[in-house]
Amino acid sequence: MTTAPSNRLFTKSEAIGFVILAVIVFAILPLALDTFRLNLFGKYLTYAFVAVGLVLCWGAGGILSLGQGVFFGLGGYCMAMYLKLEASTPENTSIQSTPGIPDFMDWNQLTALPWWWEPFHSFSFTLFAVIAVPVVFSFIIGVAMFRRRVGGVYFAIITQAVAAILTILIIGQQGFTGGVNGITDLRTLKGWDIRTDSAKEILYFVNGIMLFACLLTAQFIRKSKLGRLLIAMRDQEDRVRFSGYDVANFKIFVFCIGAAFAAIGGAMFTLQVGFMSPSFVGIVPSIEMVIFCAVGGRLSILGAVYGALLVNWAKTTFSESFPELWLLGLGALFIAVVMAFPDGLAGVYTDKIAPRIRKLLKRGPPALPAANAQETAAE
Amino acid sequence: MFSDYSMGELGAIFAMQGFAGLILFSVFVLMALGLAIIFGQMGVINMAHGEFMILGAYVTYLTSNVFADFLPALFSIYFFVAMILAFIASGLLGMFVEWAMIRHLYKRPLDTLLATWGLSLILQQVYRSVFGAREVGVTIPDWIMGSLPMTDMIEIPINGIFVMVLAVSISIALYILMYKSGWGRQVRAINQNRIMADAVGINTAWTDRMTFGIGCGVAGVAGSAFTMIGSTGPTAGQLYIVDTFLVVVFGGAGSLLGTIASAFSISQAQSILEFFLSGSMAKVLTLLTVVGILMLRPQGLFALKLRK
Repeated sequence: MTTAPSNRLFTKSEAIGFVILAVIVFAILPLALDTFRLNLFGKYLTYAFVAVGLVLCWGAGGILSLGQGVFFGLGGYCMAMYLKLEASTPENTSIQSTPGIPDFMDWNQLTALPWWWEPFHSFSFTLFAVIAVPVVFSFIIGVAMFRRRVGGVYFAIITQAVAAILTILIIGQQGFTGGVNGITDLRTLKGWDIRTDSAKEILYFVNGIMLFACLLTAQFIRKSKLGRLLIAMRDQEDRVRFSGYDVANFKIFVFCIGAAFAAIGGAMFTLQVGFMSPSFVGIVPSIEMVIFCAVGGRLSILGAVYGALLVNWAKTTFSESFPELWLLGLGALFIAVVMAFPDGLAGVYTDKIAPRIRKLLKRGPPALPAANAQETAAE
Repeated sequence: MFSDYSMGELGAIFAMQGFAGLILFSVFVLMALGLAIIFGQMGVINMAHGEFMILGAYVTYLTSNVFADFLPALFSIYFFVAMILAFIASGLLGMFVEWAMIRHLYKRPLDTLLATWGLSLILQQVYRSVFGAREVGVTIPDWIMGSLPMTDMIEIPINGIFVMVLAVSISIALYILMYKSGWGRQVRAINQNRIMADAVGINTAWTDRMTFGIGCGVAGVAGSAFTMIGSTGPTAGQLYIVDTFLVVVFGGAGSLLGTIASAFSISQAQSILEFFLSGSMAKVLTLLTVVGILMLRPQGLFALKLRK
């Protein structure tokens, strides 16, 4: 190797971190959990897609989007539309007054499939749309906002408004979207029943592989020149601009990447959970997605995965046994993460745990997810 | 669609619809004024603003119960006492929150957003534990109930007029406070240049705390007023928060006049559209237009010219 260590895709400790996560996702969780719990963790991992996207946008780029639920939802809805059409064969829906259209359309007195549902008969179009629809949408928002140098707080508020608009739209147009219940009763994917236990296990592994593909993409982006520009922009936007870079383009790009990740997560969510509803689109879920990222550490892509797993696991556990405590706990978590642990779990690891491990091993591999601060300092 | 109605009926419909828009306008103004101070002047994103409003509403609910049980003779005026108590309760809570949380986060506005969101979740759960998950309604004194018949077709509800009067008087009071008083001058000085304001001897920490407290207190009064026109539940605050932020951003942060103008245009647009479309589509169209205009003119309607 002739290149400096920081130009490689992984430093040694980052490689170890990836391997540990891979062992947890692909070996420990599947071996330790029954299918029901595994499916639950698969659901948590779909949120990790969003959190990884947020690490790129927010941690690296300084763009806090409070509308990631929009992209998660768009990806999920695209997939759900395909599955719903497959489930709504004329035979299955023969008791409806118009057989062959999704049941909620029939309940809302629609007699024909709307034109924009038609392309979702095709699976390849659906796969394309899962990524393309959210990316085009985020591109439009990004161009409109970043070209006019809107950023920071205003961007957060406007993305939040977009999330509100989309939720109201989905709930209001229930004949076309399934309304507040969402698109439910999804059965098969190209004839393959997604509700069986074996299907759930296979989907879990597909989900894991997709997540690692996204993680590697994110790692690649962070290690590239683009990644360093993003951090420079976050810290001193004007200087980057004066150095001759078109700041807006980089921001638009990373925002679109974040949207694409979220959309993949949404599509995998629909496949594993078996429905999609506006309760994953609006303001509240979108802000919760930010907390997954913040708990894991906004600078660490691996931390984001752990954050998503941990917060969701805690949510399920606490809301099962102490429903009153959960909101208090989540609220306290928001405050604690901001006030006491701004770098989240990854920060705790770098500051507290990594030095001890190093002392234990008597040699000094550079700390795992401190990545940005330390590397930029080293260069 | 108009052919079914006679001229007189149409006129009455438009008058009533316009008046409904005015009530919505007052509601928006009340919601947004507190935020215009906190967000516009201090740059703090307070996602718990809605919960401060709900606190005011619950204080009003408690006051009405106390008056009904112990001072039935004075029940017709309990509302004024309730508003003052709501202002004090929300204001004190706001000052405490500023002391405990916000003052550490002035340099990290996005983090304030997350921390106050956490606060809002906690407050919601507290309200749910204390007052129950069901919405509570306030017994309104007789003189606010009912409506004034203007013509035989147009009737104006008195509680609507009451909310409007309240919105106008609070706006005027805040205007005087912000632009005519020494305290307002200090707040604006800090907004323009914190370091210089500090250097010339303004107690910035105390002014910040007062500003935040007054903003929250106004939210409490708004919540108190809302009990006139609707019931109060633990999560009601969350419904308003996006609208409120959009009103303030659309008006141009830092400008009270802008906030009022934008509240007026958004509320009128929404209530006029509601006549032609379903409620949800009217809301979607209004919000989309606001977002669209903000994309073209990010600084809002009335921008304060500042060198940063």
